[in-house]
Amino acid sequence: MTAASDTAGAPAQSQSVANMAPTRPFYWSLRRELWEHRAIWIAPLVVAGLVLFGFLIRLPHFPQMLRKIDTMPLDAQQLVFGTTLAAGAAAITIAGVIVAVFYCLGCLSNERRDRSILFWKSLPVSDLTAVLAKVCVPFIVLPIVIFAVAIVTQLIILGAGSAVVIVSGLDASPLWTHWPFLKMAIFFVYVLVVMTLWYAPIYGWLMLVSSWAQRMTFLWAVLAPLGIAIVEAIAFQTWRFGSLIGYRLDGFEKLAFTLPQNKSQYAHLDPLQLLDPARFFSDIGLWVGIAFAVVFIAGAVWLRRGRELV
Amino acid sequence: MPIIEASGLRKTFGSTVALDSIDLRIEQGRILGLIGPNGAGKSTLLNCVLGMIPYHGELNVIGLNPWQHRDRLMREVCFISDVAVLPRWMKVWQALDYVAGVHPRFDRAKAEASLARTQIKKTSRVRELSKGMVTQLHLALVMAIDAKLLVLDEPTLGLDLLFRKQFYDTVLNDYFDRQRTIVVTTHQVEEVQQILTDMMFINRGKIVLSCSMEDFEARYAELTPRPESIAEARALKPMSERQMLGRPILLFEGVDRARLAALGDVRTPSIADLFIAVMGETTASVQGVAA
Repeated sequence: MTAASDTAGAPAQSQSVANMAPTRPFYWSLRRELWEHRAIWIAPLVVAGLVLFGFLIRLPHFPQMLRKIDTMPLDAQQLVFGTTLAAGAAAITIAGVIVAVFYCLGCLSNERRDRSILFWKSLPVSDLTAVLAKVCVPFIVLPIVIFAVAIVTQLIILGAGSAVVIVSGLDASPLWTHWPFLKMAIFFVYVLVVMTLWYAPIYGWLMLVSSWAQRMTFLWAVLAPLGIAIVEAIAFQTWRFGSLIGYRLDGFEKLAFTLPQNKSQYAHLDPLQLLDPARFFSDIGLWVGIAFAVVFIAGAVWLRRGRELV
Repeated sequence: MPIIEASGLRKTFGSTVALDSIDLRIEQGRILGLIGPNGAGKSTLLNCVLGMIPYHGELNVIGLNPWQHRDRLMREVCFISDVAVLPRWMKVWQALDYVAGVHPRFDRAKAEASLARTQIKKTSRVRELSKGMVTQLHLALVMAIDAKLLVLDEPTLGLDLLFRKQFYDTVLNDYFDRQRTIVVTTHQVEEVQQILTDMMFINRGKIVLSCSMEDFEARYAELTPRPESIAEARALKPMSERQMLGRPILLFEGVDRARLAALGDVRTPSIADLFIAVMGETTASVQGVAA
């Protein structure tokens, strides 16, 4: 290091000390999570690629199907494109949730296992900041990634499908009328918000396990609740805890949506009429779950701060 | 103001006492060597100082309670432990970006200049680097931080001789400016003896010996007596005696050097030899208690 650059560095440094925004450690902690866990965006992209690949194989058949579309019943008409679009979004969402689960299980145990915790802790980032950055991944980053990837995938499908249909001399508008794109996008945002909030205690629990167990986090995360359910079943001959967990896994569907009695009615409905945010957001179970998530995450912060290192 | 001040510092893990009522005071501008056998409590002491673990008793580091304010403390303190702690998935440029992002006192240009003098490529991942290169990278990052206290916990573990030498040369020449304070623990005592200003022996969670290097040189002397003076030398009650190439070497504490010089060759002992003498003593006394 030369003397000249030393002196040049000094004023710049003192300036940056003064100007350092309190959000910067948080921002860089989040960047670090995205660097470390590339599955956050790779996994949804790979699934989107598979969806598009399947669509590509199907694509030559579309003109033929559209020729017959007027003779089909309405719900069958929607299936022409609707299944591809909906199934694609569903597959990308499922991939995102799986990534979220494994991310939560690893995000606090990996850094202890490889001892890099000593490096992270040697920098001026509080444990609260570091853990909150990790919390952002399943709660904010992944839903956004899922949404963006799924919407772009749908646009590619609709665009390519329309192009093929037009080239074969047919009217492409049925594709867009049977898949009200904007309404479906709003519907999708609602699904993601509902699901993420409903799963909050699950994500929180996984992160708590990750901050506590060094190895076999998946085993601990699953066996602990299973053990409680089994003890309850044997001791009291009841299955309350087990059904509580089951309800947490799929209960949001009945709460957040008003589903028609008859499946054939779907075809005539505005998708937004299916949403029931008032019921969902006034449900006590949702808020109890979120309270549990906060407690679990607070526990994870506490454990990261005070646990004996490696 | 002392950089580190502790009184009655105590840490237990279950029934094991890792730190047993430690009192210490480290002034600014010193280089302290913390020396002790495995499990003596060195790393525990450093972890307390760095705010990594809770403790009992009083502890102040740069005027802060490290447990309460680890994140603020780390703006002023740098820390390298055993080399293998940089995250293996990280790329070199990511490490630079991250530290520059979170650390207000990080001089990126300085870190890049240090890296330019090595073989390390910015696009490499840490896992692709050799152990020596990882240390160079960590050192480049830490040396570019304008900190008041640098803590080195076994920094050269597992490094080959060249890198160990280079490591301490860098710390001493590029970093230490007599304003900063360095605390280092190592097993390779002989490598740091020349750079220390103070040393502290720690064993079983207690400070066994603590003195400056000036005191050390004044207080301890090693004598290789001439054959005819051996009995006379032994009468002066050496701390310890060992054999080297068939000749006895006696270690004295607080005996006038001129008096020893009359009996043979006098030298300043190595810290390692004093360490063995002092630790042998405590081990013996513990055994005596047990018997």
